[in-house]
Amino acid sequence: MLEGILIGLQTALSLQNLIVVIGGCLIGTFIGMLPGLGPMSIIAIMIPVAITMGDPSAALILLAGVYYGAIFGGSTSSILLNAPGVAGTVASSFDGYPMSQQGKAGKALTIAAIASFAGGTIGAILLMVFAPMLSTVALLFHSPEYFALMVVGLSAIAAFAGPGQVTKALMMTILGLIMATVGEGALFNMPRFTAGIMDLQSGFGFITLAMAMFALPEAIFLVLKPKNLGDDGGKIKGLRITRKEARSIAPVIGRQSVQGFFIGVLPGAGATIASFLGYAVERNIAPKQEQGEFGKGSIKGLAAPETANNAACTGSFVPLLTLGIPGSGTTAILLGALIALNVTPGPRLMVDEPQIFWAVIMSMFIGNLVLLILNLPLIPYIAKLLAIPRNFLIPFILFFTLMGAYIGQNNATELLMLVGFGVCGIALKFANYPLPPLLIGFILGGMMEDNFSRSMQLYGGVSFVLERPMTLGLLILAASLIIVPVLRTRFAK
Amino acid sequence: MTTMKMGRRTLFATAIATLGLGTPAFADGHQVLDSIHFIIPGGAGGGWDGTARGVGEALTESGLVATASYENMSGGGGGVAIGYMIENAESLEGALMVNSTPIVIRSLTGVFPHNFRDLTLVAGTIGDFAAIVVPADSDISNMEDFLAVYDADPAGTPIGGGSVPGGMDHLVAAMVMEASGRDALGVNYIPYDAGGTAMAALLSGEISALSTGFSEAVDLANQGEVKIIGVTSEERVDAAPDAMTMMEQGIDTSFVNWRGFFGAPGMSDEKLAEYQAAIAAMYDTEEWETVRARNGWVNIHNPGDEFRTFLEEQEQVIGDLMTKLGFL
Repeated sequence: MLEGILIGLQTALSLQNLIVVIGGCLIGTFIGMLPGLGPMSIIAIMIPVAITMGDPSAALILLAGVYYGAIFGGSTSSILLNAPGVAGTVASSFDGYPMSQQGKAGKALTIAAIASFAGGTIGAILLMVFAPMLSTVALLFHSPEYFALMVVGLSAIAAFAGPGQVTKALMMTILGLIMATVGEGALFNMPRFTAGIMDLQSGFGFITLAMAMFALPEAIFLVLKPKNLGDDGGKIKGLRITRKEARSIAPVIGRQSVQGFFIGVLPGAGATIASFLGYAVERNIAPKQEQGEFGKGSIKGLAAPETANNAACTGSFVPLLTLGIPGSGTTAILLGALIALNVTPGPRLMVDEPQIFWAVIMSMFIGNLVLLILNLPLIPYIAKLLAIPRNFLIPFILFFTLMGAYIGQNNATELLMLVGFGVCGIALKFANYPLPPLLIGFILGGMMEDNFSRSMQLYGGVSFVLERPMTLGLLILAASLIIVPVLRTRFAK
Repeated sequence: MTTMKMGRRTLFATAIATLGLGTPAFADGHQVLDSIHFIIPGGAGGGWDGTARGVGEALTESGLVATASYENMSGGGGGVAIGYMIENAESLEGALMVNSTPIVIRSLTGVFPHNFRDLTLVAGTIGDFAAIVVPADSDISNMEDFLAVYDADPAGTPIGGGSVPGGMDHLVAAMVMEASGRDALGVNYIPYDAGGTAMAALLSGEISALSTGFSEAVDLANQGEVKIIGVTSEERVDAAPDAMTMMEQGIDTSFVNWRGFFGAPGMSDEKLAEYQAAIAAMYDTEEWETVRARNGWVNIHNPGDEFRTFLEEQEQVIGDLMTKLGFL
């Protein structure tokens, strides 16, 4: 391995590749900040550039840099505007946005940057040490386990229920699950609940829904609550993290780097699922007095998804590089680019072309460092965005929200859906319904249903729950995540 | 979204993205057309996108067409773009839409209110065969072995694929089993949302065999991860000379997932002839050979009426099979 590291460093530290990694990270992080433009579209745009470079190592370093750069930068608009830049940073807005409302935008951005850096770096270490072994881990998960993993994710919903809101949170989750059934699932060849509308056949867009539920209502609330921002939110009360805060988020970052990485390794899971699961787990294992803060500006609630999504992004390189299997749309595009450069990833990549494998991993360390160094000094200026007077800021948010929804699909119908759901979102917010459970139900619902019906078909019923120990284990974990906090409250009384 | 599988080669689409845009044409006398506007029924990075941009690149770089422009129109798994072509036919004489086997399948099920007869058939251009693969360490090494395992326990021998039941991968599996004398209804087909996740399921042992695109299978076979036990081509394919066809194993079936171009309805004969001439001339250019080889495509040229005959045959075969499987 030492030899590999040296080969990798040698390649990654060449002048060309240093410029490439810095350039890739910069492009990724800045485009990632724009709502709606996810890593998939950015990478698609960058592929011609990568291919003209001709050198597979440089091309992969560039595209990987763009990928994790986008996840790194994606949290900015989640935190500042409640308008998630990419699907993987939706969970970052749950606590990041409340923090910036409390005037702690600078601190939130700092935590996000450090958590992303740690997640990416620890992820790269895990990738370096365990990649060959992990290819088998990626294949340990069958459909029943994916189903159980989604159930664990759903156990997060209680996190968003304030006092007396438990029923409302459950209702929103179920609404999200119902909305996930619209369109053609992977298991049916007929569209469901599309009312004959062609544009609904592929279901609702996740980014559109996130924009409609978070960004649009927020923009309206800015109009209604004049004192919310601008007057006092613009002042950045310190970027520094106190020692006490650092001590409280350090274990979260440690756990989520590992957990996020492993979720990223699983084909089909990815950064979005990892961030939700990370949030869920951290909320559930937090001490009682801190649980109440989740959703209201908890630093742990921000650090968890920010670490997990970057670690997952690194983890998704395991099946790509060691098996040649793309676990997500983004890595599928990366794979296409590699094949076009005559590199076929798979078990033999490490043997046949070790310099590519190791150079990419080494460039990840450099890239994450570059991102941290670039982002930290810029935070005060980025956070100043909130000091923009409301009458300029609100149109700005609306513009990016509409643009984000349109760009994803290139389809104007998305705009109508955005406005329609936006109105619903505003009404729900007025009625004091928590909106994050709806999105969690929506994103996990589709995968949960597909994997559940697949398991049923493979095992001829629900016997897989008992036949597969890991499924049973995960389901018990989910149950205890829900029951234990309840019992703890009972006994405390 | 689910209509096009996230193929390994096909996905790479955008590679060609901007290369074709704004490339100056070499006006060396054989230019056939001033411009083509490609309408792509799916998003950037899909198989349709790659085909349109690849053909556009070859046409412009070889000077057959001066400029090409591209418009991605997602929605309804391609249905939105078909509707657009039909509704705005008068103004779309300069546009070509790319499509593939799903237009036949989805028109049959009625998911698309239109079918290929509502459009002007320009030409089928490329194709990819289908293949049945098993993990490299499997005891199965040809269709005969597989059928023996299957006969012992049909329900316990699931075949996976990256399309919905009744979608392309399922139909290929059903077609092969039917041709081997088994009942297509007995096939335990397990659907996945993309080719990549289906391949992972095969390697993890969740499914016994996978029905997938040939070019996807070749890459993993070269890495020593899977064995191709049957290809749906009529003759062996150069890219994998060891992979036996279904036919030489006594399973009389062939299938090709074509991709081709359609014009708006009512296109004038002169315009149609120009498009067909440009595409026909493209096959002999070096530029096309570069694009084709890079993507691992197989040339399958079916202009005009041949395209119609081909589509009608495919519609017949797929329609019969879907009726049998209970999807129609």
